[in-house]
Amino acid sequence: MPTSPSDASTYDLAVIGAGPAGLAAAVTAADLGLRCALLDAGRQTGGQYYRHPASGLGAARPDRLHHGWSVYTGLADRLAAHREAGRVDFLGGHQVWALERTGDGYAVHVTLGPEAADRATVPAAAVLLATGAYERQLPFPGWTLPGVVTAGGAQAMLKAGLVLPGRRIVVAGSGPLLLAAASSLVTAGAEVPSVVEATDYLGYARRPGVLAAVPGKLVEGAGHGSALLRHRVRLRRRSAVVEAHGTDRVNAVTVARLDADWRPVPGTERRIDCDALAVGHGLLPQIELATELGAATSTGPDGAVALQVDARLRTTVPGLWSAGETNGVGGADLAIAEGELAAHAVADLAPRPALLRRRARLRAFAELMAAAHRPGPGWTGWLRPDTDVCRCEEVPVARIREAVEELGAGDPRTVKLLTRAGMGWCQGRMCGPAVACLAGSGEPGPDRRPFACPVPLSQLAAAED
Amino acid sequence: MRRTPAELVGAEPGPAHHIEFDGRAVPALPGQSIAAALWADGVLAWRTTRVGGRPRGVFCGIGACFDCLATVNGRPNQRTCLLPAEPGTTVTTQEGHGRADLAV
Ligand code: FES
Repeated sequence: MPTSPSDASTYDLAVIGAGPAGLAAAVTAADLGLRCALLDAGRQTGGQYYRHPASGLGAARPDRLHHGWSVYTGLADRLAAHREAGRVDFLGGHQVWALERTGDGYAVHVTLGPEAADRATVPAAAVLLATGAYERQLPFPGWTLPGVVTAGGAQAMLKAGLVLPGRRIVVAGSGPLLLAAASSLVTAGAEVPSVVEATDYLGYARRPGVLAAVPGKLVEGAGHGSALLRHRVRLRRRSAVVEAHGTDRVNAVTVARLDADWRPVPGTERRIDCDALAVGHGLLPQIELATELGAATSTGPDGAVALQVDARLRTTVPGLWSAGETNGVGGADLAIAEGELAAHAVADLAPRPALLRRRARLRAFAELMAAAHRPGPGWTGWLRPDTDVCRCEEVPVARIREAVEELGAGDPRTVKLLTRAGMGWCQGRMCGPAVACLAGSGEPGPDRRPFACPVPLSQLAAAED
Repeated sequence: MRRTPAELVGAEPGPAHHIEFDGRAVPALPGQSIAAALWADGVLAWRTTRVGGRPRGVFCGIGACFDCLATVNGRPNQRTCLLPAEPGTTVTTQEGHGRADLAV
């Protein structure tokens, strides 16, 4: 891909996100001769999956908190060599808040540092989106209590800061992340009395061929399973935490059995004492930078909206590629395969057929996994009128139901305007799926936020200059 | 005796320093975020909400949910899960919208 002759500092490719997909994409593109910028909001590479302790913590064995750590160190070593040779610039602490199409490429607008104290623009001929995913949350009474944290958040705080939210941590929700979170929590010294999974895992058994094609996934699952067995963690299938108890912090949860539609079965409630709860219902692709440019999306088997890409991982926006979770959540191995494939496509080279086959196998598994953990409609059965749905604006279920039933709001957007749900700091990242469900529209629409992250007004004013 | 996260990864951190939380010294290890230092000290909440006045702390741990806001070095609404705990950082519990200074 030619660099614009008018601007010698333009990169051939800007890769957004330095997790598995972005790292693989940047080093592969550099191998193929492209000059790349690799941007990430965090200071370190690795993204959420390979999040690891800051160097000041002096961790001699960070691999003990990770599956496939050597894959990360391999990518990190290749990146270091490319940085040394001036082929890749790693721009850490760069949070991208908007992509703008310029004549023949892109202006990547970023804020700098956790306080977004300054801003910059990175010019690039092409952009590869590898922004990963964030967790899907379904509200329940008590979910705003301190000590209730997201399953990914518990992992992130453990991996980066070597801390736990409590000593006795219930892990609940749905999806493979739960087993990974529970196994790292117990290995790091927490007691996990129960992993509460809303599905029964039977979904996996329906497609044995797809499973058999990805033996690595089975080994990974077995690894988590044996850690849980060793620590006598009880796995409750087809159950959910329907309430967290406590005043200043969580001190117990109520777990109930679910029917096939995820409706709590009356009379099956059990109380489990704990001092923390790690909860999550899978991951949602983080795609707003692309949808703001009008990129087409599609809804996956788990009801999550992902970017629509062609066989070469091109989005429907010219010059914009996408790899990994943004194309539908599928884990690190798939993300790495897609990062490599997308880099080949950007460089206009044909990839190895083996890589194409690997990607196809892992994508098929991702679809199976997504279908197996798709939330059932009955989960709203554990809500109470005073349960906050929107954490930021403190909007309870009753107000959302009133907007829908009495004021006739039939979609999340109208509910938002009438109730302020989703209008607070997090811009609906935490309550979006729940609001969409309560609004009766079933699926949340594609993420559309005017900015992909908070931007100080002073920065916007400066952008007008 | 169960093991700790630091033992698991064989951590030999640099010497601990202190941050100030609501006027009290809280130890922090080099590289920890403010939120991590507070968790290590057993503190889970450092904000009360604007409407219900209810306690909040870390929820997402990665900068997406904004539940972990606090006033840091006099600046309100800072995400403590993203901010490193630097020696001498002062953190105060944030009440309401964090703009008490603007109240009439
Ligand atoms: S805990 Fe979610 S933003 Fe800090």
